Amino acid sequence: MLFDFESMRTVTQVFMFLLAGLSLATVIGWVLSLTNKQKDYTELKQRISSWWIMIGIFGLALIMGPLVTVLLFAMLSFIALKEYFSMTPTRLVDRKVLFWAYLTIPIQYYWIATGWYGMFIIFIPVYAFLFIPFRMVLAGETKNYLRAVGNIHWGLMLTVFTLSHLAYLVMLPSEGEYQSLTMSGDGAALLLYLVMLTQLNDVAQYVWGKILGTTPIAPTISPNKTREGLIGGVITTGVLAMILAGLLTPMIWWQGLLVGLGIGIAGFIGDVSLSAIKRDIGIKDSGQLIPGHGGILDRLDSLTFTAPLFFHVMRYFYF
Amino acid sequence: MKYINLALRWLFFAVIIKPIVKIVIGLRYQNQPILPKGGPAILIANHNSHLDTMVLISLLPLKILHKVQPVAAADYFLKNKFMAWFALNIIGILPIERQGKDKTADPVGQCAAALGMGKILIFFPEGSRGEPEKMTDLKYGVVKLAERCPTVPLYPIYMHGLGKALPKGDALFVPFFCDVVFSEPMTYEANGENFYDNVKVRFAELQDSIKLPKWD
Repeated sequence: MLFDFESMRTVTQVFMFLLAGLSLATVIGWVLSLTNKQKDYTELKQRISSWWIMIGIFGLALIMGPLVTVLLFAMLSFIALKEYFSMTPTRLVDRKVLFWAYLTIPIQYYWIATGWYGMFIIFIPVYAFLFIPFRMVLAGETKNYLRAVGNIHWGLMLTVFTLSHLAYLVMLPSEGEYQSLTMSGDGAALLLYLVMLTQLNDVAQYVWGKILGTTPIAPTISPNKTREGLIGGVITTGVLAMILAGLLTPMIWWQGLLVGLGIGIAGFIGDVSLSAIKRDIGIKDSGQLIPGHGGILDRLDSLTFTAPLFFHVMRYFYF
Repeated sequence: MKYINLALRWLFFAVIIKPIVKIVIGLRYQNQPILPKGGPAILIANHNSHLDTMVLISLLPLKILHKVQPVAAADYFLKNKFMAWFALNIIGILPIERQGKDKTADPVGQCAAALGMGKILIFFPEGSRGEPEKMTDLKYGVVKLAERCPTVPLYPIYMHGLGKALPKGDALFVPFFCDVVFSEPMTYEANGENFYDNVKVRFAELQDSIKLPKWD
């Protein structure tokens, strides 16, 4: 049989459900815009078609194996860091320092591709974080020095270090199945589990907030975020994580529930922490790279906090 | 030889410049692009970096590349033999003699002749590149040119970020997004009175519409 669902790997099976869900959303989008002509559904439609592209690229990377996944996340880090540097204030005198900051991306992802965990985990927070201020001192400009150091450090932390944890998930040792740089092992399932739950958590918090939201939770940073949205989203994510845990991870149901609740909360924190940066600078979106979603950082913000959390839980308990 | 150069130019933009502009720099349109579909036309833009010309050419489709000519100073770009070949054939500049040194030079006439042949000119009203990410006062060349060709549309375009990516006097390229804003085309015929001020106001509006940090 050409299409044998039973014999597929669980990653592929879950991915099929994801595509089915997105197809359903696309159909709903069409029906809504046809039946209710008064309301403008352009943003919803843009969002859905952007999801198709993002899930398409992500799925392709999972199929092509760890090396392609690592390259994809290196590219995402590059675009995210460029977006970050384009929206935050930087000093003309630090141009060379910014160049070094970009260079940490290929180096960091090289450690990942070669599976050197010890270097991967200290390279940014130790070596890069010490080298950057040193290079800035060489330039000799002290005006706004501290702010500039903080700015570059936080950019590397958000866009390179935390996001690279996603790529390292596919390098985690695999049990049973054969694994190489061109064929994913169990890590691909973990990556799918984390990215799917984090993104669904964003949607769930938004939807619960729209339906029940009354009490603002962070009025000075993100006025649309409510306590009800957060609680509803976290519970939804927890339940989904519980259901999917047995399929995609080595966890049993209650462990999945706990991790899911953690992802829900961490995702919220990631979202709000980027909002705080944008509010500080005085802009709404980090860019317009993805139609309907804003910039790439707007889409990845929750992952910057969920990725390290999930990675270390997995690594500590299971790998 | 002419066709070989044309093919080289096409390849240079299709294989090297467009991918670099789209992927390494990255363009972000702040509004719907307003660009000419054919010549004659003039793109007028702020000038902070050598990358400005590359980005403006990349904004236009490759099929009209043969019509696009950036207006550039002959004394700067035709300094040596290789640079002259590269500037004339690959970048495809329209070399003009800057006035001042040579009183017989007629740069506006050269531009008008090219427009007469249906070319799309890229013109920087500020003249040279100036301070990174700062707009200097416009020169009067743009008024003289528009006056000579009153029906040719001028498309004001404002770019932000290239003065950070590759400022004047620096050879190190550092990636930054380039934000581009477009404005409705203007002709001398319709905006003749106080044309200079009208162009200045347009650029001021475009500049204000981008709320991103410049250099500290």
